[in-house]
Amino acid sequence: MAGLGRGRGRGKGYMSFSIEAVGIGKGENLPPSILQPTPLFPPMEHKPVPLVMGEEAEYMLALKQEFRGNMKTLPFYVRQAVSKKDVERYSDKYQNSEPSDNTIEWNPDWKRLPKELRIRVKKPLKENTSLSVDTPVDPKPSKKTRVDKEEIIHKLETLEKKEEEVTSDEGEKKKQEEEQQDGEEEYDEEEFEEETDYIMSYFDNGEEFGGDSDDNMDEAIY
Amino acid sequence: MTAQEVRLCGLLLQEHFGEVVERIGTHLLRGGAQNLRTIANETNTPLDLVKKSLCVLVQHGACEFGSGRRGPGSPVEYRANCERVLRVLRYPRYIYTAKTLYGDTGELIVEEVLQRGHMTMSNTVKTVADRLTHNMEEGRSMEYSEVVSAFSKLVETHFLQRCPPVAEMGTAASSTTPATPSTPAAPASTAPPTAESNPDCYKLPHVTLIGRGKRRRSSDDSEEQRGGKKAKMEVESCGDEGIYWQVNFERFHQHFRDQAVISAVASKLDQTSSEIVRTMLRMSEVTTTQTAAYTQPLSANEIFRSLPPNYSISRPILDQYLSLLVDDPMEFVGKSGDSGGGMYVVNLQRALANLARATLESVVQERFGSRSARIFRLLLRKRHLEQKQVEDFAMIPAKEAKDMLYTLLSENLVQLQEIPKTPDHAPSRTFYLYTVNQLPTARLLLQHCYKTVANLIERRLFETKENKRLLEKSQRIEAILASLQASGAEPEQLTEVEEMITAPERQQLEALRHHINKLDSTENQVDETVFLLESYIFSTKTK
Repeated sequence: MAGLGRGRGRGKGYMSFSIEAVGIGKGENLPPSILQPTPLFPPMEHKPVPLVMGEEAEYMLALKQEFRGNMKTLPFYVRQAVSKKDVERYSDKYQNSEPSDNTIEWNPDWKRLPKELRIRVKKPLKENTSLSVDTPVDPKPSKKTRVDKEEIIHKLETLEKKEEEVTSDEGEKKKQEEEQQDGEEEYDEEEFEEETDYIMSYFDNGEEFGGDSDDNMDEAIY
Repeated sequence: MTAQEVRLCGLLLQEHFGEVVERIGTHLLRGGAQNLRTIANETNTPLDLVKKSLCVLVQHGACEFGSGRRGPGSPVEYRANCERVLRVLRYPRYIYTAKTLYGDTGELIVEEVLQRGHMTMSNTVKTVADRLTHNMEEGRSMEYSEVVSAFSKLVETHFLQRCPPVAEMGTAASSTTPATPSTPAAPASTAPPTAESNPDCYKLPHVTLIGRGKRRRSSDDSEEQRGGKKAKMEVESCGDEGIYWQVNFERFHQHFRDQAVISAVASKLDQTSSEIVRTMLRMSEVTTTQTAAYTQPLSANEIFRSLPPNYSISRPILDQYLSLLVDDPMEFVGKSGDSGGGMYVVNLQRALANLARATLESVVQERFGSRSARIFRLLLRKRHLEQKQVEDFAMIPAKEAKDMLYTLLSENLVQLQEIPKTPDHAPSRTFYLYTVNQLPTARLLLQHCYKTVANLIERRLFETKENKRLLEKSQRIEAILASLQASGAEPEQLTEVEEMITAPERQQLEALRHHINKLDSTENQVDETVFLLESYIFSTKTK
């Protein structure tokens, strides 16, 4: 700037240019110099003009807020997976609804992205009412898991038949339960996607269990 | 990329894509082109999250990737695009414009494409048809063909364009170049291909989409699922895989600029002259490039023929209007020849400069008063003035003029120019002239605008955070009310639930909502100023 400040170390009132040139007369009262930062909310001499109101403005406001809300629900809103600091629960293995870091929740066109960005696509939860664009990979794993499930059940059945303690009642009961399982399409797929140690159908809640095998008392009932 | 721009981009990314993407995006904006490992290490984010965020950013066009600096063998580098992120602020305006031009269907198409970054045509049509069906009465549904026609109209008028093809990287490029293998393979195109460079940019793919929108109903789930699967199969076999469409922001900007010019003419002169200018701009829509200083010359005969039928003015009156427009000091319209009854052009660049100047003047007026505005306008017109001359021309007493000048100087809206009389620059023998430069001042104001919007967003986030507990409570109660109403509860139960929010809490909620609405609509309004200043600055850059 043109040296409007005080010259360093030259004493009070000396400036590098003649003050008359900029228009300050001799001996005139200058405003006192400010030795502190400006206040955070300085008083405004001129109030701002009121906002433009009207149908257009309101509609755009609604659009804006709706857009923001929608973006939060889309898979593009990346949330960091929160590690639970609590005790590790058994149900965590089967009910993981938190986004995990190493999967992507939507299916981008990988041909348009560099190879290094490719990560596993998380299959969306089978929602009943939404028509989300599923990956074409979807039907195969579910069929595969059903096939797996059936295989495992089949294996277990043959094992059971080999064991002579198991009565035919129990075998029939299990078959019924398996048929029920196959019939239910809306069962939560996620539980079968994980490699479970126990098949969900193997463990029943015990209501029918006690009633049927009353006559087989040599096997311990837990 | 100034600090204010980066701050605003960060806030916009945070609001729309979450904090992880914000961290990655800001880091890219600040640091320039970087590769994947660098980003992951410097932001201390797990690699998979970085990958996810980069996918999101590339999907929305905010980030570009290209082969690294050291040639095709080096890791891929990512570059964030600040300007593109700032566009997010203008999304409501784009959607609203689409609505005014092409109705609800157009509005939903543009909204969907903006939400997803880029989409295939079939995907867009299906989603929009479903959304429209959802809002229609029972029993009616939206035909795909209607949506397709709206989509094709948007493409014809260039509001939607195809995404540019992705540049091949790595071994594919080297195999296609016929150059001798000994020469180091320089990247074929250092700049990523723009959408306009693709000759098929505005060509619709040949797909036949037959169907109707599906209504989402909770009662017939299984049918819906089967229907959904069938629709999915239809879409997959549609044949337009790989052809993605994005919104053409430049075309929308052109439209906004035309609107601004027309409304300026309407407020300065009258409605008829604005209609004439609108006709001229409409006729030169396709012939004018983005950065043209003025439209192609149009003869008065052509203009007369193309006037809208409800504006039947006679030929001599049209000529009078045109000469009035030409003589106007704003110089919106210029005369470039006499053939065909007079050749007229619309001076786009000058119009933008005038609009920007009017913005600057109005800012000074609202902030510092009308007398400071008088001084400012004076300096804009007369370029360089001494202190004494300012006082004389502006007819303001010396002391007040001095005060105002120094205030403007401290705000950097006015600059001081030294002109030495002697080679030794002695202060007593130097002229000190006050001056205003329009372009740097416009840039300064633009940065102020960015800062304003960033402050508004921060304040809104602060307000939301302060009242988070209250907001969550009201959301929960609304959810309970909705579920009660859906299951058919009595009015007493509903009032009981409603009373869970006390009256002072209700007042607080009301005040909060009012504040947030005000902040939001202020952002929209500041964005209008941002658009004007940005267009002006951009028009001066490309000479």
